[in-house]
This record gives sequence, C-alpha cells and structure tokens, in this order.
Amino acid sequence: MLVLSVTLAIFLIVAGLLLYALVRYRHRPEDSDREPAQIYGSNQIELSWTVIPILIVVMLFLATTRVILGTQGIPKPEQTTNVTVIGHQFWWEYRYPELGVVTANELHIPISDPAKPMPTYLTMSSADVSHSFWVPRLAGKTDVIPNRVNTMWIDPQQAGLYLGQCAQYCGSQHAKMLLRVYAQSPADFAAWVSQQKKPAQQDFTGNAAAAEGQTVFMHNACINCHAVGGTAATGRFGPDLTHLASRDTIASGAIENTPANLRKWIDDPSSMKPGSLMPPMHLNQHDLDAITAYLTQLR
Amino acid sequence: MSTTQAVEESDETLALQQGRPPLNVVYEWLTTVDHKKIGLMYIAYALVFLLVAGVEALLMRIQLAIPNNHFVSPQVFNQLFTMHGTTMIFFVGMPILFGFGNYLVPLMIGARDMAFPRLNAFSFWISAFAGILLYFSYVGASGLYAAGSAPDVGWFAYAPLTARVFSPGHSTDYWTLAIFLSGIGSIGTALNIVTTIVSMRCKSMKMSRMPLLVWLYLVMAALVFVAVSPLTAAQIMLTLDRYLGAHFFDTQAGGSAVLWMHFFWIFGHPEVYVLVLPAFAFVNEIVPVFSRKAIFGYPAMVAASVGIGFISLSVWAHHMFTVGMDAAANTFFVFATMVISVPTGIKIFNWLATIWGGKVIFATPMIFCVGFLFQFLIAGLTGIMLSAAPFDWQLGNSYFVVAHFHYVLVGGILFALFAAFYYWYPKITGRMMSEKLGKWHFWLFLIGFHLTFDFMHVPGLLGMPRRIYTYEAGRGWGALNFLVGVGAIFQAAGLLCFLYNMIRSYYHGKEASHDPWDAWTLEWSTTSPPPDYNFATVPTVNSRRPLWDLKHPEDPDSDYE
Repeated sequence: MLVLSVTLAIFLIVAGLLLYALVRYRHRPEDSDREPAQIYGSNQIELSWTVIPILIVVMLFLATTRVILGTQGIPKPEQTTNVTVIGHQFWWEYRYPELGVVTANELHIPISDPAKPMPTYLTMSSADVSHSFWVPRLAGKTDVIPNRVNTMWIDPQQAGLYLGQCAQYCGSQHAKMLLRVYAQSPADFAAWVSQQKKPAQQDFTGNAAAAEGQTVFMHNACINCHAVGGTAATGRFGPDLTHLASRDTIASGAIENTPANLRKWIDDPSSMKPGSLMPPMHLNQHDLDAITAYLTQLR
Repeated sequence: MSTTQAVEESDETLALQQGRPPLNVVYEWLTTVDHKKIGLMYIAYALVFLLVAGVEALLMRIQLAIPNNHFVSPQVFNQLFTMHGTTMIFFVGMPILFGFGNYLVPLMIGARDMAFPRLNAFSFWISAFAGILLYFSYVGASGLYAAGSAPDVGWFAYAPLTARVFSPGHSTDYWTLAIFLSGIGSIGTALNIVTTIVSMRCKSMKMSRMPLLVWLYLVMAALVFVAVSPLTAAQIMLTLDRYLGAHFFDTQAGGSAVLWMHFFWIFGHPEVYVLVLPAFAFVNEIVPVFSRKAIFGYPAMVAASVGIGFISLSVWAHHMFTVGMDAAANTFFVFATMVISVPTGIKIFNWLATIWGGKVIFATPMIFCVGFLFQFLIAGLTGIMLSAAPFDWQLGNSYFVVAHFHYVLVGGILFALFAAFYYWYPKITGRMMSEKLGKWHFWLFLIGFHLTFDFMHVPGLLGMPRRIYTYEAGRGWGALNFLVGVGAIFQAAGLLCFLYNMIRSYYHGKEASHDPWDAWTLEWSTTSPPPDYNFATVPTVNSRRPLWDLKHPEDPDSDYE
C-alpha cells in the first residue's frame, strides 16, 4: 500500500511537471528566431534529484524488508494441517501424511480460528516440470520445482471455495491446470477426512454395471496410472480415483464432474483438454458405460 | 566544412548506382562491409520480423478476446507466444538497435567505418541466418515426415520443460541454435561497437565530447558482452543435456531447474537495459534538438548510464522471487532493483530540465519522445512496485507483469525507435517523412497502446496468469481482454501507417537538406544520404555540439565545457 501511494505520488508530481513544461515552453509562432538560453546543468538541482530518490528508495526498501521478514522470517507454526503438494503436468496431487488421505486437484483445508490458529502447511515439489501454486485470495504464489522442496502456509479464516491456477508455464495445458481450495469449518473438514480415509466402494449390490465397470477398469491400462484404494490399482502417474465421485470437477478443475462429462473424458480426453497426458482408451460403448457407472459410485 | 565537395561526390555515386543493372546492386548489398549498408540491412530485417511477430501478437489477442475461444489450438497458442517473445527480443529489438548503432555511431564520432567492417558483415549475416533458422522450424522441426512444429517452451524456456522427455522432436533445438547463433552475432557487433568507439573517434573528439548516444551505445555493447555470453553458454549446456547425456538442467538425474533460471535471467535482465539504453540514446539526441537547448547535465547523464549498466548486472533474481529463495537473497535483489530507479530517475529529471525553458517544437520525432517520457515514467513506477518482492509473490507471472514489460518495450523502446526513424530518415534517404502521416501514425498507435497495455494491468490484478490459451467466462477477465484486443488492432493500423509513410516518402517525400532539423551533432554535417566513407575530410570538434559552435560562433559550447 505504501509502495502504491509513493509511486502514485511520484507519478503525479513528475507527470505534472512534464506536462507543465511542455505547454509552458512550447514554441509559439510569435517567438523570435533566437535560440533559448542554453543551460548546461546545475550541480545543486542535480544533487537534489539524486539524493531525494535515494531517500525514497531506502524508505521503500525498509518497508519491503519488513514485509519479507514478516512473511519468510516467522518460524513454522506448531500446530498445522500438513499437506504435500505435488505438481504434475496439468494436475495437482495432494497427500495428507498425518491423515492418510490422498486426493487430487481439489484441496480441502480447515479454516483457522484466530484464537486457536490452525494454518495449513504446504510442502511442495514437482514430478515433472516447474509449476507454480497460486491462489490469489489466499497467498502469493510459490513455484513448484522438480528436485527442490518449497514450503508455504495458508491460513484462511473464512469458509468457501478459493480459485486459482498454475502460474508457471508448464506445457500445452498450462491454462487448464486449475486450483480449487475448499476451506471448511473444522467439523466439515473432519467429516471430509473420515470419508476420504475409507477404501474405495466395493459393494456393488444392485449395480451390475458398476461391478462390470470395475472389471473393465482392472483389466485395462487404467491401473498403470491411477490408484483406487483397496484394489490392485496403485498407479501414481495420474490422479488417485478412490473417491473420484466426491469431487466437483475432473481434469484439474476444467470440467464439471457429471456422468456424461466423465464418459466423454474417458472416451477421448484430448477432445476436452487437448494435450492432456491421459491417452484415449479406445473402449467400446458398452465398456464406457460400465466404467462410468463404476467411477461415478466411488464416493 | 567541405560540404560542397561531399555533395558532388555523393551525386557521382548516385549517378553511378542508377545506371547499374539490378543484379550488381544486389551483389553489392550482399557483399558490402559498409557500416551504413549493414546498418540498413539490420533495420530492414528487424522490420520484417516486427511484422511477423506483430501478426503473432494479433492472433493471440484474437484468441484471448473472448473466454473459451477456439480460434487457435493450445499447441498453436503456445508456439505463438514463444515465437512472439523470442522474435521480438532477438530478431527485432537487438538487430534494429544494432542497425541504428551501426549507422549512427561512426557518423557521430567522425569515423569512416566501424573498426572491423568484415566482422560487422559476419555478425549481421549470422544473426540473419539465426532468425531464418528459427522460422524454418515451422517447416522442419519434426523432420520431413510430420507437419512443422515451432518451439513451444516459452521465450525463457524454463528447464526441465526443454528436456527431451518433455520436448521431443527438434523444435527446442531450433530455438536453442537460433539463440546461440544470434548470440554470436550480437557479441561480434558488441565487440565492434566498443572497439569503434574506443579507437575510431576523430582526433579532436575526446570521450567527454562524445554525443550521449555514443556513450549509451558503449554501455549497451559492454552489457551485451557480459549478458549474452552466459546465455550462449547455457544454450551449449542445454544441447549437451539433450544430446550427450549431460545433467546440468536434467532434474530427473539430479540437475537443477533453478540453475537455468539463473543463467537465463543473468542474461535476461541486463538484456532489458541492452534494449532500453539505445532508446535513451535516441531520446538524448532528439529532445534537446526539438527543445532547442543543450542536454541538461551531460556528466550526470553519462554517470547515470554507466551506473545503470553496472547495477543492471545485479538485479536478475528479481525474476525469481517466487522460486523460494531465502529472505537474505530476496532483500538483496529488492534493494538492487530499487536502486536502479535512481539513475533512471536522474535521466527523466534531466530530460525534464532540458525541456524546461526551451522552445519545444512538436514535430513527429518529438511527439514520439513525449509519448516515451510519460510511458516510460509509468513503466518505471510499476517496475518499482514489482521490485517489492511481496508484490511480486502475488503479481509475478501474471498479466500485470506482461503489461509492465510491454510498457517498457512498446511504450518506451518502440516509441523512442519511431522517433529515431522520423528523425534520421532524412539523413538516411535524403527525403523527409510525411508529417501528416506521422501524426496519424502517432495517434493511432498511442490510442492502441493505451487501450492494450493500460487495460492489461487489470486482469493481472484479478488473478489472470500469463501464457494461458484460454480462460473461463466467470472470472471477470473477458471484457478487459476484449478491449486489449481492440487496442491491438489500432496498433496494427498505426504500424501500417508508419510503413506506408516510409515507402511513400522514399519516392515522394520532400527533399531534405543535409541538416533539416537544425541539429548539432556530426552526422548532420555531411550530405543526406552520407557518401561512402562519410566525410570528405575528417571533421574537427571543439565541444559536444560541433554544429552549434559553427552556427553560433559568438556563443560556442566550447566556452562552457
């Protein structure tokens, strides 16, 4: 804020003087042909417009340093919700090491009570290229860089959905590597955690299509990349699908999670997100229906 | 002065040229080592690429004008911004400024050519080849069996996106080789400029009497040495990574992605000054002539330029505030970046003081300089905002940054360049450019510039990151991006006006005398266009404004210096 007002003041003063000089000293037709007085410089004036900017710069620098130290210098809070954030080409992986939860793209965090702060501490790295975690209304951005661990924490006090997206160009679908952060009351968050900790739904009573869908899933390349808790599918290249149906979106926030969209996505991901690393599975219509039925009941 | 003799000589050469078959003329240009011809070829080549990269910008703005647009595919969009950035920096900015430097520096110091004319020709042709090579990727990058694929890794090509795993095919190789070759050309020209300025000045021109333009080109060329070398080295390292299994930037084998950022930005930020110092140089020459006053505070201007040169080498990591450097490093780069605003401020104040008390003539070169002054002021101030690291944590890599550096590059450098074109065109061609078309050009471009780049700050503040090929409708960015696109069309119209003016004036422009602006530096003492070898007799100078001394023998500058 200080920076903004100082720069605005400088702009108004300098632009004002410039404008005044241009109008006041314009060449007028009635002017004589004589050249104006030649002035080559003035040490006093030049000294003043060297020293004053230096003072302004020192002031701005000190103010900035205070903010930097106030952000970077504070030790890690004692009580935090820890989340490991892993950037992948065009999606986000979230792991809650203490809670035993793994999810993708939609980050759930508890809101923090000022009296009893419970910030969320993010430990970040990348599985492939550089990304950047940016949710403007929660915090500034932090780059997510392979072979390097960065940390940051966020401390929202109001429940709600916070939107953001990857802020470091990371390849063809950088634009649709969206971020959704759900800040929830501690009770809602606890309920979400207990739901996410359960293994995947295995009871297919009265849902023959889903049972068949599971067979299709397990017998195709799906399991090379995707994990479904409690089954043989343990791939980690793509998002964890254990509770896919509990998410609002698929394709890293790019598409609403409806059965129709999901079916279309499995059929040909690049029709919805060209450049996505998920290959088309070339399933027949029957298998597509079955696998959609299976995935939509993974709550 | 022996102007008449020079006139006769140039008439003779002109007559000779007109009688010659076109093939001979082409042969002469292809084999020339004359600094003026090479300068003009640099400029012509840069203008061609300016058009190409401008069209790329237009295509991007059409794609972003409305949310969820399908005008171009993501892949094509990513290629467009990579090519736009790379082209504008390496194949428009650098060559056009080298072109003016080549043309003007020897004329202004009373020399007959550059120090190394053959190296000069080599530098030009290798840079020209680099640009053509980059664009050949559209045909050849995937080999002959697939459609072309231009580089799509962004103009700063962050590792490890450039590794073969993430960037198969040859598109990145075209990029790397093009940058590498243009780097060799740039270093060659920089060497030439430094040597020319140090050793080719006419006898009486001491360093302290050099026109400010020459000083700024000296600092610029020195910066090119220091800045372009690491980039060229990094291209070699990247090629080793890609083809010989080295692991400099290969994170999967323990290499460092951050190392590339350091290499790139220790080039990248001085590069901004490499581009902006010549722009200052033009303004330094034009503002005094059209204010009818000597430049205010010449020694301070020189000191500020040299100071900017040094400080600009220690600010690079302000491009990296979000990579997780520790607080000490962050504060250092905040400080260095803020400090550079002091010498830059001195320049703006000195220009203001030069105008103060003068008789300002608003000819086309001057109005472009006025545009430059206001816009550069704003660009500098948004720069100070961004130099505060916490500000950058929010706005780095957002459209706010894109708007900021386009304010510098377009609002600052391009406006100064337009001024330079209008100012020196009569010297180069012997004809004036049309003032009427010039004003059309100015106003169209000014409106377009402000529509585009003023409004571009706002989506950045609203959270729009750069380099996204589309965005959702609900984010509130749509209307702003539409206005930005409308501005781009105005800018294109202004640019066409300018090109038309150049071509038309070449044939139908008013004939220019050898000194149409009543100016004071040496290039105006010879004919327009200057003859081969520039000066019939080597001029003698007694002050910074030799022509002022000639025109005002009663009140020469030499009395005051």
